[in-house]
Amino acid sequence: MRQLLRTATGVIGLVLVTLTLVIAIIGPVIWGDEAEAVNAGAALQGASAEHWLGTDHLGRDIMARVLAAGQFTVTLAFLATAIGTVAGMVLGLLPVVLPRRLGRFVTSAVNALVAFPSLLLAMFTAVVAGLGARGAVLGIGVAFAPSIARLTQTLAASVANADYVAAARLLRVPRWRIATRHVMPNIAEPVILNLTTVLGGSLVAMSGMSFLGLGVQPPSYDWGRLLFDGFARIYVDPVVAIGPAVAIVAAGVGFNLIGEALARSVARTPARAKQGGRTAKAGKAAGSQPVEGAVLDVKDLTVTFPGAVTPVRGLSLTLMPGEIVGLVGESGSGKSMTANAVGGLVAYPGVVTSARMRLCGEELTELGQAKRRKLMGTSMAMVFQDPMASLNPALKVGGQLSEVSIVHQGAGPKAAWDRAVDRLGHVHIPDPEKRARQHPHEFSGGMRQRAVIAMGLMGTPRLLIADEPTTALDVTVQRQILKLLREVADETGAAALFISHDIAVVSELCHRVMVMYAGNVVEELPVAALATDARHPYTRALVASLPDMETDRDKPLASIPGHQPSPADVGAGCAFAARCALATDKCAESPPLDRTADGRAVACWHPVISKAEVAVP
Amino acid sequence: MKIEGMTVRFGAFTAVDDVTLEVPPGSIVGLVGESGSGKSTVAKAVCGLVPYSGKITGVDVTRVQMVFQDPYASLNPRMTVAASVAEGLRLPRAARDAEVERLLELVTLPTICAGRYPRELSGGQRQRVAIARALGAKPSLLVADEITSALDVSVQGAVLNLIRSLREELGLSMLFISHNLAVVRYVSDVVAVMQKGKLVEVGPAEQVVGSPQHDYTRELLEAVPRLRS
Amino acid sequence: MFALRRLIRFMVSLAVLVVASFAMIHLIPGDPIRVALGMNAPPELVAQRREELGLNNPLHEQLLAYIQQIFSGEFGTSFMSREPVGQIIVDRLPNTLALGVLATLVTLLVAIPLGMWAGIRTENGRNRGTEIGFTSTTGAAVAVPEFLYSIALVVVFAIGLQWFPPAGREGVASYVLPILALSIGPIAMVARLARVETLRELGTDYIRLARAKRLPEFRLYFRHLLPNTLTATLTIGGLLLGGLIAGSVLVEYVFAWPGLGMRMVESITQKDYPVAQAIILVYGAIVLVVNLVVDLILAKLDPKSMIKES
Ligand SMILES: Nc1ncnc2c1ncn2[C@@H]1O[C@H](COP(=O)(O)OP(=O)(O)OP(=O)(O)O)[C@@H](O)[C@H]1O
Ligand code: SF4
Ligand SMILES: [Mg+2]
Repeated sequence: MRQLLRTATGVIGLVLVTLTLVIAIIGPVIWGDEAEAVNAGAALQGASAEHWLGTDHLGRDIMARVLAAGQFTVTLAFLATAIGTVAGMVLGLLPVVLPRRLGRFVTSAVNALVAFPSLLLAMFTAVVAGLGARGAVLGIGVAFAPSIARLTQTLAASVANADYVAAARLLRVPRWRIATRHVMPNIAEPVILNLTTVLGGSLVAMSGMSFLGLGVQPPSYDWGRLLFDGFARIYVDPVVAIGPAVAIVAAGVGFNLIGEALARSVARTPARAKQGGRTAKAGKAAGSQPVEGAVLDVKDLTVTFPGAVTPVRGLSLTLMPGEIVGLVGESGSGKSMTANAVGGLVAYPGVVTSARMRLCGEELTELGQAKRRKLMGTSMAMVFQDPMASLNPALKVGGQLSEVSIVHQGAGPKAAWDRAVDRLGHVHIPDPEKRARQHPHEFSGGMRQRAVIAMGLMGTPRLLIADEPTTALDVTVQRQILKLLREVADETGAAALFISHDIAVVSELCHRVMVMYAGNVVEELPVAALATDARHPYTRALVASLPDMETDRDKPLASIPGHQPSPADVGAGCAFAARCALATDKCAESPPLDRTADGRAVACWHPVISKAEVAVP
Repeated sequence: MKIEGMTVRFGAFTAVDDVTLEVPPGSIVGLVGESGSGKSTVAKAVCGLVPYSGKITGVDVTRVQMVFQDPYASLNPRMTVAASVAEGLRLPRAARDAEVERLLELVTLPTICAGRYPRELSGGQRQRVAIARALGAKPSLLVADEITSALDVSVQGAVLNLIRSLREELGLSMLFISHNLAVVRYVSDVVAVMQKGKLVEVGPAEQVVGSPQHDYTRELLEAVPRLRS
Repeated sequence: MFALRRLIRFMVSLAVLVVASFAMIHLIPGDPIRVALGMNAPPELVAQRREELGLNNPLHEQLLAYIQQIFSGEFGTSFMSREPVGQIIVDRLPNTLALGVLATLVTLLVAIPLGMWAGIRTENGRNRGTEIGFTSTTGAAVAVPEFLYSIALVVVFAIGLQWFPPAGREGVASYVLPILALSIGPIAMVARLARVETLRELGTDYIRLARAKRLPEFRLYFRHLLPNTLTATLTIGGLLLGGLIAGSVLVEYVFAWPGLGMRMVESITQKDYPVAQAIILVYGAIVLVVNLVVDLILAKLDPKSMIKES
């Protein structure tokens, strides 16, 4: 209820529905007599001070009749909704209970009926059940049943396919118990939400039937019937139709808006702040100089979301030409967010700030829109995790490649297409002419990832950002894609930022590794040092917990207790302190990322320096 | 337990093709293969979740339990940890609470977790709840389908250690399915390799990894990324 | 393959529809002829009507005769006007179809750009004002029934401003109000759907990649977004077009449009069963055809679409 009041829609809906219900309850008591009072002398009058909405053919006050008819109208709507809901729920849950074949039959019958407009179903039922309120209510109830059944069915099916239901089945939990404990509670909310909308729908449908003369028959009357009466005189006295029309609209709209507001309040995650924009604003460049010749030079990159959620906190990153840098860390450490920030893809409520963000020597935040577009479009290539989702399913693969040349390099369609075919061949896709003309769904996962890489090769890539490009692939395909990435980097001399949660993969491909934890880089080291010579306790623990083909099977595997703090919970001090075996009081203070002469960096008060290193300076 | 000549067809597609595999009592059999090779279908068939042809002998099929890949999806979001774990227990109320506590302890979860909802736990903790729930039914065979692939390496170790200690302490037989060869090698006594629905190689873990006989196994082994030093 | 399966489903649905419309008369409790003609009707007349409808024959013969009738394009004779029902349909069907097709076109042409625009503007919760304005306006518009739109339009534009004729079908101007009345609701509904689908598509990786490629906006939206939004919207929204056909019944009634819907309402109130039966059958068939066409078009547009699997 409180959530309803948070949105204007909810408030309006609530007011309208309350008004409708109040009128429905008190209407007949207060205006009932007046509504029936026949006054032949005042028949068929228009609006007047005495009769605001005029009178009908027996001189009865139309306003009073509208107010008095609320109860009957709303009752009929409730009845129809009840019929529809009960029938629909039963139909919807039947397939869960029935044997498979019969269940499937019910499902397809319901599907066929859903495609059938409810008004036609209602009319059919009304013919059979006879003209009048009873037939119409029955008809509308029946007409709403299939869509409710379908909703119940899809919801129930999605819950019934959930792993926790499979687990309960394996535990031999009885069927009825699965239905009551697992299925019902998880579908109740959406079904109830839907009821408000159905209620409004039945009220309107019922009025429609009465308006056509197929519903309530005199001497009874509901809003629809009053509209029917008024409609006959509409050309003379439009005002007589206003009363019932407004009543129907108010009630119908009210129920719908409430349903909407309810659905929204269920769907919406906690409040967002108002501010935010997606452009990167440069902070004050704190004295330091840009790195000469770097492809990418980022300093103090921070990404913030409303609610003090900061997934990336002051990260700095420099990539030299030809260098492949790995970014590793566990899920939620901010790897993808970093990639998005560099690629200018952080979505709306997120705010990206940086002291420096230079690509190929150009400060991106100071570049004009058109220049930035061209620079990023041609010299930066991105590859994402899920190759199945990265290509547009509606467009031919060749077209998706060639548009890069058309847009950024002003190439003609033919030249661009030829280049696309050439690039596809370049990433070892067999028969590139034919493949270019195909749609992505005709490609395998590995081949799609190749096509995405080829897309990056359409321009003159200086920087390749690959966000877990092999995570969704099988190991054998992963191997091929890694090989291709290395090939591409070697050949173009581009720098690459390779993101992965798997240190083994990173160690195979990269020259340098950056380890991320809770939004920050905690260690930066050459790949050769990763296995035995990491200095940050987190890096060491990560390496230790990775089983490989030589792991001693008689010893327990190492693991790190606890879990990474979420971006909203990172406090002051070392973020790893709660899980760190070496933590001391000093660690309540945030350790800076200290760079040493050997090009390494570590953010820890008590870095582990291996003995070998100390002995041989 | 023994699977003999198991075949599973989905329409015209044969997902599992004449698989014969034995799980000796008290041992862990690892099943590896790439996506689509039919590993999970074998798991589901063993649990009776998909129809199959062939025979399963040497096990009470009503006492096979399964732990799923995604611990976020395998726990009912509206049930507390205790309620989920208690589901399979056929015990009077008082005994049930004690048993839930014992099971949580077995999977090294603090007892305060009992009253929590899945969303309040970390991934590794959730997976342990799922394991506790399965253990409650005193399974004669536990099927673990990719139980660590949704977890970070930093917590994967704890779950794998738990699996091994359960075998040692309870003598549990287990079918352990994963695409990760290193993980399978670490936990299993016997490793079986699947390709396109067929079993291509079965043998003691060290042997399959150390001196693979089948080309496909070799190919898989070569593709496994290794930490370079 | 999909087309064949879909066609079979269409045939089955059609068969069910034929049987249902046949059964309609027999499901009426009591003697339908008595119900239609009233208790005081002369017995000869009742007998004659019974004979006409073949109600005295065994049920399966009646069904057979009914199916034969359908194939020969005859549907018996109206109880009231004594016209051949087939003729009524031939006369009136084109008017109904014209209304339906035009309203469908208007709906799609207005709703999909509108929904896409709203989706693009409110991506990731941007422009909350637009979002609230759009969702509440369309939310309210969806809840108002066609017949009230019709009445409102008549009152304002025909009676008040006298820009368009209030009723009947004469000249281009007479089409304007009925088409508006018929399409406002569906426009709101389809626009909402289109917005939701647009938002979903905007969140996909291929849009992220297209953005990473720095494509200009019009290319991003028209080439990458539009085809996907369109198919996704039609997949769900296709059903609405069937509903639009049904909505025309009420609109025809208000505008005294000489279509099937108007006649259907008359026949039901007058208990003119042969006419009601035939028109319901025709409407049902139209809905089935519309759904079939939508599905086939979708399968063509989106070769790996979901409906193929289901
Ligand atoms: N729109 C958003 N609003 C608030 N927080 C967000 C938003 N998007 C992402 N986050 C948070 O940012 C953090 C970093 O996410 P990111 O996707 O970068 O992690 P990751 O390291 O790539 O993890 P994974 O390995 O799972 O891909 C996460 O904790 C996530 O919850
Ligand atoms: S700073 Fe302290 S808590 Fe952080 S990693 Fe180093 S030793 Fe551990
Ligand atoms: Mg990520």
